[in-house]
Amino acid sequence: MKKYIVPSIRLTLVLIVLLCVIYPLFIAFAGKLSTGKGDGEPIIVNGKTVGYALVGQNFSKPQYFWGRPSAVGYNANGSGGSNKAPTNPDYLKDVEKRIDTLLKYHPYLKRSDIPADLVTASGSGLDPDISPDAAKIQIKRVALYRKLDEQKIADLVNSHIEAPLFGFMGPAKVNVLKLNVALDELQKH
Amino acid sequence: MNTELIGIIVTFGITLTIAIALGRYMAKMYAGEKVWTDFMKPVENLLFKLGGINPSEHMNWKQFLKAMMTINILWLVYGFFLLIYQDKLPLNPDGNPGMTADLSFNTIISFVANCNLQDYSGETGATYFAQHFIFMFLHFTSAATGMACAIAVFKAFRDKTTTDLGSFWNYFVKSITRVLLPISVVIALILAFNGTPSSYAGKDKFISLQGDTVTMSRGPAAQMIAIKHLGTNGGGWFGANSAHPLENPNYLTNVVEITSQFIIPVGMVIALGFFVRRKKLGLIIFGVMMTGVLMLMIPTIIGEVGGNPEIAKMGITQSTGSMEGKELRFGPAATAYWSTLTTVTSTGSVNGMHDSMMPLSGCWELLAMMINGFFGGDGVGFLNYYIYLIIAVFISGLMVGRTPEFMGHKVEAREVKIAAFITLLSPFLIKAGTALACYIFYTYPNADWAVKPSAWLNNPGFHGFSEILYQYTSSNANNGSGFEGLADNNIFWNVSAGVVIFFGRFLPMIGPIAISGLLAQKKFIPESAGTLRTDTVTFGVMTFAVILILNALSYFPALALGPLAEYFSMLKH
Repeated sequence: MKKYIVPSIRLTLVLIVLLCVIYPLFIAFAGKLSTGKGDGEPIIVNGKTVGYALVGQNFSKPQYFWGRPSAVGYNANGSGGSNKAPTNPDYLKDVEKRIDTLLKYHPYLKRSDIPADLVTASGSGLDPDISPDAAKIQIKRVALYRKLDEQKIADLVNSHIEAPLFGFMGPAKVNVLKLNVALDELQKH
Repeated sequence: MNTELIGIIVTFGITLTIAIALGRYMAKMYAGEKVWTDFMKPVENLLFKLGGINPSEHMNWKQFLKAMMTINILWLVYGFFLLIYQDKLPLNPDGNPGMTADLSFNTIISFVANCNLQDYSGETGATYFAQHFIFMFLHFTSAATGMACAIAVFKAFRDKTTTDLGSFWNYFVKSITRVLLPISVVIALILAFNGTPSSYAGKDKFISLQGDTVTMSRGPAAQMIAIKHLGTNGGGWFGANSAHPLENPNYLTNVVEITSQFIIPVGMVIALGFFVRRKKLGLIIFGVMMTGVLMLMIPTIIGEVGGNPEIAKMGITQSTGSMEGKELRFGPAATAYWSTLTTVTSTGSVNGMHDSMMPLSGCWELLAMMINGFFGGDGVGFLNYYIYLIIAVFISGLMVGRTPEFMGHKVEAREVKIAAFITLLSPFLIKAGTALACYIFYTYPNADWAVKPSAWLNNPGFHGFSEILYQYTSSNANNGSGFEGLADNNIFWNVSAGVVIFFGRFLPMIGPIAISGLLAQKKFIPESAGTLRTDTVTFGVMTFAVILILNALSYFPALALGPLAEYFSMLKH
């Protein structure tokens, strides 16, 4: 083994220079050309960062569209899912509670109107999106609390539905933060 | 057909196309023929010169293994100490603490072994220095180690009688300069331009639209996520791995990430056919492996798209499928697709939480890791399959009454003993580990560790047992995914899983190289009418049967106690 120790050490050192210094710095410099300059893409309202488009945030006030339940409370310092098994009785009680809350705020809904993504926690706890159905069922409530015309909000939701990739790959979705920023904007006018 | 299903079918097509092209390229490149990446030659020559290495050194199988083990042990020592003292090193904008000795032990073995089981969470447990100079470095080198070992075996197949497996250093360095690094640059750029952070900025603090104060972790993640997939490593920048919106911002990046973790394992099998100049053999092996993958994948997709029956009972509409632990931008179909590919290969990155998937999906994930030879990790996947091949040759030789032969060499007692030992090793490590953990869970529920055994499990009943079984299965297979509900950052799990990872990595690499080295030394026997041919469909079916029988015998009881019991109890309700 002795024969191989010195080459191992020397090769490790030069590879560290190549793989841990040159490669990441090259990508970091190239990343400066991207929209967020490699720091993430912030959403700025009145000159202040209110969040990042990709990272979901907590919306619990009734005048906003709500995102998905989060196992980490949308604390972007960390991340994670509930890791609850589909058969776990405590978990199923949690889901039941979420359904009750939704029905309380949306008395006009039937259980079968509620899409699964609004009562289940995401994998990262920071899911920025909801399904178009999940946005649509909230329109009436948001309109009520904001005293805005329902049709106006429905139009806003429709314009925020992002189509699948190239139109045929993956699900359609609505970014909750972008939608709520636009909603605040709508109310101002 | 809906857009989610079309999405994964198109992804699969893209993956195969790239993998086949990459396989042909790798065969030529490793054989030293002219390829378009020859412009990297000056870089390689510089690396060899500075490393004091002669790349055309002849190594027999023992020398090859010594070189491989020496540099791997060096990395273990290097990383173990740096992780403990990471808080005192530069590039720590978030002020994260050093690791405890047992966590560092587990983490460094896990990364050297291409496993990347993570008992820490990236945001709070690792500094940028550790992420780049230890984890990302090992992402490259552990994958290149596996690829180098596979090429040595290929060379032993190709040369009729030889003691020379080629230079470990040569294959190792070329794997990095000609495959891993150039493709990683492309992937990292795609990620960076789709929103994954690539700068060294630390956490950001802001007030959300609703008025909450939020801190958000970030950092130069794009660089690491590229190689984490290409190298079938799987150790992510953030705790939630590729479910995290900054690691995997949209459906396009999801396609890129899932594709990049499958192209080298598939490409290696394609490369085998071209490198050994026996395309039919490569094709049969490809066929057996792909059949296995599809048999695991299709039921997983059906199960996840079908939704959780317990939630259906509450009257909720699951129009796309089960959503717990999944991200909306990928949907259940793409998450199920990913979960199969990440467990058949040794990647173990996740874009949704396996712990929350349907009981049978968990069963297929476990089985994929137990078999660990349907494409498998970069390089090592083929080595595992090679063990199955030797057993299949031996058994079919006995069945038809001929001397077992493989690639023109007699397979004799010594080789079969090594293969049998490696075959028995996996069930031993997985089941002994699981039994020990269960024993401690029941006997010492209040032991005074960082996490009491009674608080280990996140779910009751059969699923709790699955969490334990999954941890050791993932460790042995060097997969690194987890039923992440398990509270695994304490001395028992760090040490026991670390030991399983170490043996589960290195013995199954040493075994196949020893076998191929021993076989290659023997006299070459030309093929005749009396030879049992290994490149026929019949032999492919035989190998498949051997894989199924060996794994069913080894693991059926354990699977019956975990995911299968959970599934049947769900039906009963």
